[in-house]
Amino acid sequence: MKSITELNALRKKALKNMEVQKENHGYKIVVGMATCGIAAGAKLIMSTFIEQLEIRNVKVSVSMTGCVGVCRLEPMADIIDELGNKTTYIMLTPEKVEKIVQSHIINGQVVSEYTINSTQAIF
Amino acid sequence: MHIYSSHVLVCSGTSCTSKQSPLLIKKLEDGIKRNKLDKKIQVITTSCLGLCEEGPIVVVYPEGAIYSNVSIIDVDEIINEHLVKGRIVKRLLSGNNEGNNSYESADFFKKQERIALRNCGVINPESIEEYIALDGYQALGKVLTTMTSEEVIDKVLDSGLRGRGGAGFPTGRKWLFAAKAKGDKKYVCCNADEGDPGAFMDRSVLEGDPHSIIEAMAIAAYGIGSDQGYIYVRAEYPIAVKRLNIAINQAKEIGLLGDNIFGTDFSFNLELRLGAGAFVCGEETALMTSIEGKRGEPRPRPPFPANKGLFQKPTILNNVETLANIPVIILKGAKWFKTIGTKKSPGTKVFAIGGKINNTGLVEVPMGTTLREVIYDIGGGIPNGKKFKAAQTGGPSGGCIPTEHLDVPIEYDTLIELGSMMGSGGLIVMDEDNCMVDIAKFFLEFSVDESCGKCPPCRIGTKRMYGILKRITEGKGEAGDIKTLEELAESIQAAALCGLGKTSPNPVLSTLRYFRHEYEEHINDKKCSAGVCKELLDYIIIPGDCKGCTKCIKVCPTKAITGKVKEPHIIHQEDCIKCGACLEACPFGAIIRK
Repeated sequence: MKSITELNALRKKALKNMEVQKENHGYKIVVGMATCGIAAGAKLIMSTFIEQLEIRNVKVSVSMTGCVGVCRLEPMADIIDELGNKTTYIMLTPEKVEKIVQSHIINGQVVSEYTINSTQAIF
Repeated sequence: MHIYSSHVLVCSGTSCTSKQSPLLIKKLEDGIKRNKLDKKIQVITTSCLGLCEEGPIVVVYPEGAIYSNVSIIDVDEIINEHLVKGRIVKRLLSGNNEGNNSYESADFFKKQERIALRNCGVINPESIEEYIALDGYQALGKVLTTMTSEEVIDKVLDSGLRGRGGAGFPTGRKWLFAAKAKGDKKYVCCNADEGDPGAFMDRSVLEGDPHSIIEAMAIAAYGIGSDQGYIYVRAEYPIAVKRLNIAINQAKEIGLLGDNIFGTDFSFNLELRLGAGAFVCGEETALMTSIEGKRGEPRPRPPFPANKGLFQKPTILNNVETLANIPVIILKGAKWFKTIGTKKSPGTKVFAIGGKINNTGLVEVPMGTTLREVIYDIGGGIPNGKKFKAAQTGGPSGGCIPTEHLDVPIEYDTLIELGSMMGSGGLIVMDEDNCMVDIAKFFLEFSVDESCGKCPPCRIGTKRMYGILKRITEGKGEAGDIKTLEELAESIQAAALCGLGKTSPNPVLSTLRYFRHEYEEHINDKKCSAGVCKELLDYIIIPGDCKGCTKCIKVCPTKAITGKVKEPHIIHQEDCIKCGACLEACPFGAIIRK
């Protein structure tokens, strides 16, 4: 890193890469992979997402992130659309993941009963 | 009958009709025909769908996509994108703006203010690009190219940031001492040896945003004139260690660590040191001794680390959460930072809430937030309708805060006044089923286990105190016990070598302060009203309520219950091990614990 200009150029490029790409079916999936998430089974959730997308031949980026603090609701995943809207799904199981891929990623319908604001997660 | 593969429903209730839905129908039908899809797609007029406020409404099946506020100019997009290419037009989906389902919208997050945790759960911790995208390393760039080292320290001083590891020493002052100290070599260390029972906020930052620590340490190094840093992280955090290693390598690769960063004369290198799990290594002098490769034991201060620290050179040691605040303070300014929190304790604090609470987890709140807000508004209160009894802050160095102080704003000084301390941020909630003598015993047992043994007050004193507490909870308490406990506590506080030793009697002192009657009850009446201390409890069958079903006889592991069918049973106290199995098995509530 030789100058601020170089950092800013990198920043600009990185910001662009973080945006949800059109060719990625208009979505981005982010799985919580801190200790709490992994202990609750986040690795299986991530591989199920990848598997389900492959089965349906849909290209969506699946990445990871840290802990947001509601460790008791792990495993969790965010699905972000091209407008930046974020849906947080909680207490995921492979079965839930399959339904989410089918309904949310393919058909654009949020599976509201699995989201953080659903009744089962009432705070 | 002709079968269509897709249906487009257009609402023609009064409300949608008045919003021009008939025009939509016409345009949809025309468009479908134009694309030669009229054999496959049917447009259906429906009655009111009930979403009048968002009308006109168009629903496309089989996907079940509900488009709201559809105007005539949107129709072409629905036809071209959805009906022709099969891609849902997300822009028009109902509830796109409302019905937010992101975690930020949950009540748990509403009272929070995220500075240290700003990137946790937002970026990919293994990608330096994502950190840079969200203003990462901008603060380091600003510091190296536009500020002198004095200005950096002034800014941190001015922000009023205090050490988040527990004691709350002003971070800027620490830096200033080290900057002024003379030495050919200086060190910057990060204390990531998080060891308080129940605390895991540092782990969360290291796992979720490791680059923020690297950036902050480089800024600190520039401030005090150092070129070498160490992160002392406990080996029990393998994911944190892995991500720190990845982050350090990434930063080296693009030249954010190493020589001549940003084309300046400033060079900084960073290494990890893994702690082997000794609690005492979280104490600053013990931590430095451990980095030197020696047995992790504290040493007397003075000389303070700012003058003679690691390898006898001027050293600063900051906690993970403290460092996570630094880049934000540099970018947004000390003035901004001081608008958050209280006058004496600016900024936020991360708490790990656990124990008897509905929402266990990590929260970051402005300093000065009351315990009531943290426990009830964010934490969701106590499960099973139980009553709040006390909250324990500061781990084995802290104390309890009882119900009457629920509305005291949380900051360093108020907690000290209450006989507790901020600590690293573990917050354990206790309800009416917790025995405070037992809690004090638990924390003291931890201190006994973790005492390094170098100084007698801590090594012998805590052991003696633990012995007395153990006797009290076993129903063998004696009249002078409370006084002896207080005397021992006073001696340890006065004479122990390090901070951990000095504060180890705190759990006992604070429970004695607020729950003295529980100690007295244990000693004088040989009773534990919370029902925790086994030796002080008896399980008894109320003869009138017992129907003689024999369920308790079947579950009793020591055959301590006898009795005939349909006749009241009896528990023989000499055989009873007080496991509570009979209490759970009794369908009539005939067994009580007293």
